[in-house]
Amino acid sequence: MTLERVSYTLDSTLDSVNKAEQTAEALAAKMPFEEEDCHRIAMAVREAAVNAVLHGNAYDPKKKMTVSFVNTGDSLVIKISDQGRGLRDEDIPDPLAEENLLKQSGRGIFLIRSFMDEVKIRHLEPGTEITLVKHIGHSGTATEERQ
Amino acid sequence: MTMKATSRRVDGVTILDLSGRITLGEGSVVLRDQIRDLLGKSEKKILLNLGDVTYIDSSGIGELVSAFTTVRNQGGELKLLNLTKKVHDLLQITKLYTVFDVKDDEASAVKAFTR
Repeated sequence: MTLERVSYTLDSTLDSVNKAEQTAEALAAKMPFEEEDCHRIAMAVREAAVNAVLHGNAYDPKKKMTVSFVNTGDSLVIKISDQGRGLRDEDIPDPLAEENLLKQSGRGIFLIRSFMDEVKIRHLEPGTEITLVKHIGHSGTATEERQ
Repeated sequence: MTMKATSRRVDGVTILDLSGRITLGEGSVVLRDQIRDLLGKSEKKILLNLGDVTYIDSSGIGELVSAFTTVRNQGGELKLLNLTKKVHDLLQITKLYTVFDVKDDEASAVKAFTR
């Protein structure tokens, strides 16, 4: 079958975060996902886009966020990349740990992993690329791969 | 849809009726400002009615946590009312459901505040 692919290069703004989220929800809704999965995909994309724009590119107008969506027929594959300083391990605390439970931030990656089936984080020079995969007819939390 | 907040007083408790999205940017700022204003007026018994909140992202969750700890640190109480299924599920996933005092009936929620 023919792959359906959509990609955008976006400014580091909250409007771009909203566009990525809305595009994800619209594309997921065209695929045979449950409504709940559409919501989860959109939320995972929002969280990844916030990470790219806020934590990665730090709203720098010279830095861009790239978002691509591929409908493979049995999955939706989303890649989001930034041109920031790169995601470090200390940027990904365990939000369920007792000492982190009442922290204001640090739940984005956790929610992404909770909502998607596969999550891969790849270091770029410079920046970070995160790949999110949701399979049709599969519910579960993500397997993780870091490169 | 951006977030809207209106407040009312019932038996010494301030009920904040929130609607829309609590997300990074405007929604989170509105909530933060509302809590700060209430504490500035010494209104420290706060019930957040989330019945019409359609969406919360991780930033919004963080803002709820911040509101909870800020109110508590000033000797007040903050409770949540009328969670939608999506918000309920988010609080379950993040283990915050047991941190917040969550109610589903306004009258009993108001009575539950310390007198």
